[in-house]
This record gives sequence, C-alpha cells and structure tokens, in this order.
Amino acid sequence: MPPDPDCPDLECRALTKRFDDFAAVDDVSFAVPAGSFFSILGPSGCGKTTIMRMIAGFLEPTSGEILIKGKPVLDVPPNKRPVNMVFQHLALFPMMNIEDNIGYGLRRKGMGRAEIARKVDAVLDRIGLPGINTRKVEELSGGQKQRVAIARCMVLEPDVLLLDEPLGALDLKLRERMKVELKALQAAFDTTFVYITHDQSEALVMSDQIAVMNAGVFEQVGTAQELYYRPETAFVAGFVGDTNRWAGRVERVEGDALELRTENGILMRGAPHGRGLRAGDRAEIYVRPEAIRVAHDAAGVEAFDNRMQGSVTTLLFNGAASRVLLQPATGGEEIEVALPQSGEFADTQKGDALHIGWAGAQGNCFAAGTGPASASAPEAG
Amino acid sequence: MRASTKLGFILLLTPLLLWLSLLIIIPHIDMFLVSIRERVGVREYETSAANYLTFFQEPLYLRTFLRTAVMSVLATLITLIIAFPVSYYIAKIAKGRLQAVLFVLCLIPFYVSELVRTFGWMILLRETGLFSNLLQWAGLADRPVEMLYNDAAIMIGLVYTSMLFMVVPLVTTMESLDDAVIEAGYDLGGNGLSVMREIVIPHATPGIVSGSIVVFMLSLGNYLTPTMLGGKDSLWFTELIYSQFIVRFNWELGAAFGFLLLLLSSLIVWGMLRLTGQTLKETMG
Repeated sequence: MPPDPDCPDLECRALTKRFDDFAAVDDVSFAVPAGSFFSILGPSGCGKTTIMRMIAGFLEPTSGEILIKGKPVLDVPPNKRPVNMVFQHLALFPMMNIEDNIGYGLRRKGMGRAEIARKVDAVLDRIGLPGINTRKVEELSGGQKQRVAIARCMVLEPDVLLLDEPLGALDLKLRERMKVELKALQAAFDTTFVYITHDQSEALVMSDQIAVMNAGVFEQVGTAQELYYRPETAFVAGFVGDTNRWAGRVERVEGDALELRTENGILMRGAPHGRGLRAGDRAEIYVRPEAIRVAHDAAGVEAFDNRMQGSVTTLLFNGAASRVLLQPATGGEEIEVALPQSGEFADTQKGDALHIGWAGAQGNCFAAGTGPASASAPEAG
Repeated sequence: MRASTKLGFILLLTPLLLWLSLLIIIPHIDMFLVSIRERVGVREYETSAANYLTFFQEPLYLRTFLRTAVMSVLATLITLIIAFPVSYYIAKIAKGRLQAVLFVLCLIPFYVSELVRTFGWMILLRETGLFSNLLQWAGLADRPVEMLYNDAAIMIGLVYTSMLFMVVPLVTTMESLDDAVIEAGYDLGGNGLSVMREIVIPHATPGIVSGSIVVFMLSLGNYLTPTMLGGKDSLWFTELIYSQFIVRFNWELGAAFGFLLLLLSSLIVWGMLRLTGQTLKETMG
C-alpha cells in the first residue's frame, strides 16, 4: 500500500493519563503533519512532558490512541518505536566518545562497522561538526553537545523526533542562536519535530504549529501569529506574549466591538472576536504593551478609540524591548507600554506625561475568571 | 605568615605520618628483616632466603597459598554477581523510602560483631543445625547432614561478610548515572541487555573495581570466617601465618608468609586495575 501523503506523521486521539485521581493529560487530540515543526507550549506541570513520554513509550496512557504514520504504536516498546527523543539534559553517553554515541543506535540495529562509520561521518558533516569522531562528550561546548544529541537521533532516521526543552540548560546568547539552528536542522533533515517548552519565544520562533497547554488540556492549537494576535482563551492571551489586563463589566455590545467599564470606572473598547459576550457579563480585557501607541501630545493618538494620559512611574530600559510603566491620570492599575526606540522617546524620564492610545480591535475580551492568575505572562521573553 | 601556614601543614600531617610510619612502614620493614634471617643456633641468626625456600618446597604451604588466592577471587566474583542486581535495584528502581529501607537492610547485619554473625551461620549449617533438621523433617535426608567445615561454607561466610563493601560503592556510582541516560539507551533501540552492557556497567566500572578490591583484600586477609566455618579441612593462608607465629614460635617463617601474602594481594589488585583499564586514582578518588 503506497503511503498516504496526507497521513499525519504523528496523531494522538483522546490521549489521557491519570495519576491516581489527577489527570495529567486530559483527552488531548492532535495531529502533526509530515515534515513540520510542532511545539507544545505550557507552564511547568501542565502535562507536556507526560505527553512526550507517552509518545516515546516510557509511559502507558490511561486511555487513547497514539499513531505514527497511521500505525498504532501503543503496543510497541520504546526501543522499537520509530520515534527518538532528545532529552532535557541531552543524556549523551558520557562513557563513549562522539562516534560511539552517534553509532549506538545503528549498532543496536546490527549494522556493519563500515556502514556505521560512513553514516556517522555523514551526519557529523550535516550538523557542521566534521572530524570530532573521537572527542569525548565533556570536551564539547553546550551548543555542540546539542547538535550531537540531535545527530544521535537523526542518524536513525526516525519518523518523529521529540525534543524535551533541550535549550533549557544553555545560556541566553547560545539559546538565541540554537533556535535558528534547530529550525535550520529541522528543514535540512526534513523530519517531523515535536518540541516541548515553557519558553514562548522558543516556540514562537521555531514552530509551524504551536499547541498551548494548560492543566492537562490543549487551550489552542495554531500558528505563532494566530496565538499572538488571536488568542482564543484568556490563558493563551496571558501566556503568549506580555499583556495588560483589566477586569470589568460589559456595558454595550455592537457587532464585533464592545465597551467595558473597568473596576476603576474607565470605559474601554475591546473586541470579543466571536466569543459571545453580552452586556452585563463580567469580562477581562487583554492589551499587549506593544499594541499601544505612545505620543507626547494628544494629537499623536487621535486615531485610536482608546485614549489615555498618564505619567511614567518606572522606566524599564532593555534595548529594543524597552517598556515604561504608566500611571493613568484617571486612576487604576499601572499600564505597561512598549517604548519605541526610534529616538523620539530617548529622553523619557520618570514623571514625564505621555499620551497613549490603542485600537479597540487590539483589546481581546474574555469572560471573567478563565485567565491565568497574574496579569502578565509568567515567562516573559 | 608563610612560616605559620607551613607549621600548620606539618602539624596536620603529623598524625598521618605517625600512623603510616609507626603502624605500617616500620613494622613491615621489621617483618621483612625478620623474614630474611635464618636461625642457625640458639640466638644465632644469618641472613638468608631459607624461609622463602621453605615456602616453595613445602607443597602444603604453596597449595594453601594458591587455594586462598583462588577462593578469594571466587568470593569476590560471587559477591559482585549477587551485589550488582541488588545495587541496581536500590540505586535505580527503588524510590524514596523503599530505597533508604533497603540500604539500611544491607547495613543492619554489620551492627553485630563478625564473630556473632559467623556463629549465626554455624547454628544454621552444623550437623544439629536448622538446615539439617529441616532436611530431615522434609524427608530429604535420613540422618543429620554436616554442612560446616568445607569450602562452600567458607564461601558463604566470605560473601556474606563482604556484601556491604560491594553494595556501597556500587550504589554510589550507579546513583550518579542519570536516569535519562538509561532511557536514552532504550529510546535509541537498546534492549535491557545492551543497555546494561554498554551504559550501566561501563558507568559503574569504578564502583565495581573499588568494591572488588576491598572485598578481595578482606577475603584474602580474613582469619575468623575460614577458621570457624572451614575448620581443619579447609585451610586458609592466614591460618598458616597464625600457626607459625603463635603455635610454632617460628616468627621467621611467619614473617615470610606475611610478606608473600602482601605481595600476592598487591599483584592481584594491580592486575585487576590493568585488566579493567582503571587507575587507582580514578577508583579511589
């Protein structure tokens, strides 16, 4: 039977894992198309590692089905599954040199010595580290180990490669570089990657599709842009990217726009984006710091339907990602606003008065009580 | 300042130096000197290799010597074979409380003195002992069975006595192996056997070697267990040394025996390190 080109490389159907009474993974279904980079993004303890360990075969699901290239694999032990895993701390074999590390899986397949040597050299070339065959694991840098760990799996040509927060142990600069490199490696090997992380920027930069996971369920599956611009749940709005949040009561709904009176009495315009909020409902409104325009005078923000004036209480200078905290003149909580670095606001200081404004469509509204506990995302940047 | 740190260094080193020189180096030099003299008359001695020649000319001595070496190596191997799965279970499979409890269970027999422990085995193994009675009661033997005073009894005693000294280093080295490394071994296609052979055992090698060295030396130099469980039919080399010194008052021959035992254990430990490609520094450090 010829392989169906539309058949997803990995499919989970109603996957559930219970530990005693606690559902770590609760009825999760998803499909990963062949050759794509799929990320599962969620805070620690949301069940993402449990999903990964079930796919790898180290955990037995309580119920549900896992299919790889259309074939159910639940009865297949981990060493026979066509998936390989890059572990959080890489788990390279410290007792072997690089060549033996990469050749380990091939030796298990009973491949000949010459063939193994040829394949190892080829994959080392591919990851840009030719000639390190006889080096020891501890002689490599963090980024090199990373690439060797991927090569060790890729040499086996798995249908799906699982990556469990492999960048967590690297320093920031290297992590930034490895993000780009991982994406390039995925394209070069043309293999399906399933990547697990709690770091939204890793997921946003690398993935074709991202599933945001919380408390054992998928909140939303979509592209990075969809999650960022059109979060479907309050959790996604709060977790992906940074955000300002106000709670209040819906006053008026008009098509896909609404007006909401915050607890401090400020009237704001937002958009429910089809979430069916009605007048009188308690709701929360989420606005990203970078969706807010800043100006020195009222004329600069005239075009927007939400306008405010405030004074700078804190300047959070961070190069391109600089922000200010603004105390609105009308009272209420401080607002976090991105500060453009085009030079216009270079001399902004604490106490300066600024005008801010944003379009009503940028204010994502959700029914109250469905979002994460804090207004700003737990893992910023 | 420098003078005072130097003084401190010397003061700290003094107990160690005293220990080494008074208890180890000086007695050994003296023993060596005793071993190379020959009594030619009353209080008349000559330097000669006669004691060593006696050893090689008397088959009983030579045979006991080799038997002790082979039995000690065997005891070490058996201890390793029993202790390895036990340690693997404690270090990698048992979790939390169970792990601590199992470890303590290995330790508990050592709260009792070796003499009492060995008597315990005698109670079990002697003609009127527990096993003998059990066999008779079950109808498997029609008269009392003597299980003491043979090589198997010695082996049981030695393995039992040494177990902890193998389990401790093995558990320590195996605990330092990341679980993810074992999982990676399976994930990349390995089965239980190959993961054991290529990952767990190479990682545990320093523990295996250091445990083996300790167990081997303890077995080779053990006096109590072979004497009590082996009796007269199963001689141990330490018994020969004891009888030369205490029974026969032939300190010269006894010293020569002692020196030969030291050479033997050094040789076997060196060979063991060479064989496994380990250095003493790696193993003990």
